[in-house]
Amino acid sequence: MRDVAIVGFAQRQMEEFDGSPTCVELLVPLFAECYEQTGWNRHDIGFWCSGSSDYLAGRSFSFVSAVDAIGVIPPVNESHVEMDAAWALYEAWLKIQTGEVDTALVYGFGKSSAGVLRRTLALQLDPYTMTPLWPDTVSLAGLQARAGIDAGTWDERAMAEVVNRSLTDAEKNEYAIRKGGSSVDELLARPMYADPLRKHDCAPVTDGAAAIVLAAGDRARSVSDRPAWISGIAHNVDPISMGNRELTRSPSTAAAAAGLDLTGVEVAELHAPFSHQELILRSELGLADDVAINPSGGALAGNPMFTGGLIRFGEAAKQVWSGNADKVLAHATSGPALQQNLVTTLEGRS
Amino acid sequence: MTRTLSAPVTVAFDYTRSTGPVIGRFLTGLRDGVVVAGRTSGGEVVVPPLEYDPDTHDQTSDFVEVASVGTVTSWTWVPEPVKDQPFDRPFAFALVTLDGATRPFFHALDVASPDEVSTGMRVQVRWAAERTGAITDIECFEPATDAGPTGVEALGDNPVTGVITPVSLDYLYAASPEESAFYRGLNEGRILGQRCPTCSKVYVPPRSACPADGTPTAEEVEVSQTGTITTFCIVNVPFLGQKIVPPYVSAYVLLDGADIAVLHLILGVPADEVRMGMRVKAVWKPREEWTYSLENIDHFEPTGDPDADYDTYRHHL
Ligand SMILES: [Zn+2]
Repeated sequence: MRDVAIVGFAQRQMEEFDGSPTCVELLVPLFAECYEQTGWNRHDIGFWCSGSSDYLAGRSFSFVSAVDAIGVIPPVNESHVEMDAAWALYEAWLKIQTGEVDTALVYGFGKSSAGVLRRTLALQLDPYTMTPLWPDTVSLAGLQARAGIDAGTWDERAMAEVVNRSLTDAEKNEYAIRKGGSSVDELLARPMYADPLRKHDCAPVTDGAAAIVLAAGDRARSVSDRPAWISGIAHNVDPISMGNRELTRSPSTAAAAAGLDLTGVEVAELHAPFSHQELILRSELGLADDVAINPSGGALAGNPMFTGGLIRFGEAAKQVWSGNADKVLAHATSGPALQQNLVTTLEGRS
Repeated sequence: MTRTLSAPVTVAFDYTRSTGPVIGRFLTGLRDGVVVAGRTSGGEVVVPPLEYDPDTHDQTSDFVEVASVGTVTSWTWVPEPVKDQPFDRPFAFALVTLDGATRPFFHALDVASPDEVSTGMRVQVRWAAERTGAITDIECFEPATDAGPTGVEALGDNPVTGVITPVSLDYLYAASPEESAFYRGLNEGRILGQRCPTCSKVYVPPRSACPADGTPTAEEVEVSQTGTITTFCIVNVPFLGQKIVPPYVSAYVLLDGADIAVLHLILGVPADEVRMGMRVKAVWKPREEWTYSLENIDHFEPTGDPDADYDTYRHHL
């Protein structure tokens, strides 16, 4: 295995991006920030990989237009995943492991506000028995939340505690689009929306983009005093059908974590677009009570589609870069109700 | 005021899919008024049946009919239904374990308020009046009655082998700030491009970044309304949505001062006389018909000038 680290990260999150669904104009300054952080230019990047969705953009091959933001003369080595860009990071990590390249820039983008997000995402479901009913994302999460409440695995208060902590932490995050803690009682007094979910239990519809730079060995050391080394990375998937998995659990998260050494994790950035999902993830990962969860505010403070998971990796890496933590965990999810999960440990080395 | 121009757009497509022997069996059952489950090697009775066994990975071949009455195992309220959901008024989605099945099944539940639904309640299938072999042959679940679901007429053999699922998505489609400047220019009778500060190429319409070097295209330039046909085709084939009766000529026109050609219609010359290098000029629609669109230019027609030298456009093909 080659040593690979995160050495650059830039992001934007907003309620409504006033620009095109290809997000080219949004990506150009993000790439510029990555070049500034590393001292590199586009010719130093060995591999480019993005995560986005044509359904979100409302046009075919939308990722091809976004390549304008790179500049392709001379031609570049480029790929794309139709899911959260955290999986583009996984592909880039694999590409570096092959030895073919030493560096990669991973990016995700999406203008969720162009359509009705929770409806658009019904198209990622089984096309025969699910999509024709247009199960929206919030409803599927509601079924999951109810299952846990009925089973006594969590309750509304535990969900509100997650929200209150997230929105309080988000006050320090300049990119958060929803922020401001209050109290658990105040949150519980707010009206029910998609019973058993209140609006604050659901990540806000968010437009945005993010970019992360990966580098191997000495290339990483040459641009950073304290790179965030990827010490473990694994992903697994659960059945897509809601009836064929234990909704109060996330076996795929547990399976991914089983291949990693999570001892000593100090901070975890968990991609949980609904409050109860953080409780599931925390339990499946077996995180100790003193592990700081989502100091960024997490997805409840802003969840740009196809980027929200990648941002968790960037936020986790920042904890290592700053010296705040020596070992952190980054998690990303994709698909309905925590169907697919990617877990990574990042470490600083002195 | 926003920076950009936007307009509603609908993207619609009918997805046509074959169903295969397992899902086809399930959908045939729905059409005929019975719920077909699949039994796994582990003894689970699953609705809809799984195409492959999760343990042995063999194709499912053990089918059983289950009841159309069952128990709610989870539910959620849908306060603001989205387009094409089973109801356009608030309703519930539910997971229902049908009697005889061991795994819950996802569908809509018709109740008027969240107070009328609870985990553990008994519900029954309400069959659609017209059934075609689709998941929507179950209109929804409803609270169970003593009488049970209304019986349905069996439709016999003729298995379901395919489904057509219409998908229609509505967007508020936005142009980039650079494209917006282009469309605003067209509404003023001008053709605007932007110049890349790195390589000096002029893009029409302008792009958010130069595709060659990734630099944002910043400097606005108005290009000529006269240009050269770099390449063209004579359209003889009718197709869905076609606005002009074939044959007609669709050509790339490299406007003077631009480095990228625009695609447009060529009129005012017999199709068989159109050629590479031909000099053409924009013919605009009447002013009152202008909008924020390249269609403000009705077509291009020959200027009558001598053809351009090949060398003047050979790098733009
Ligand atoms: Zn350029």
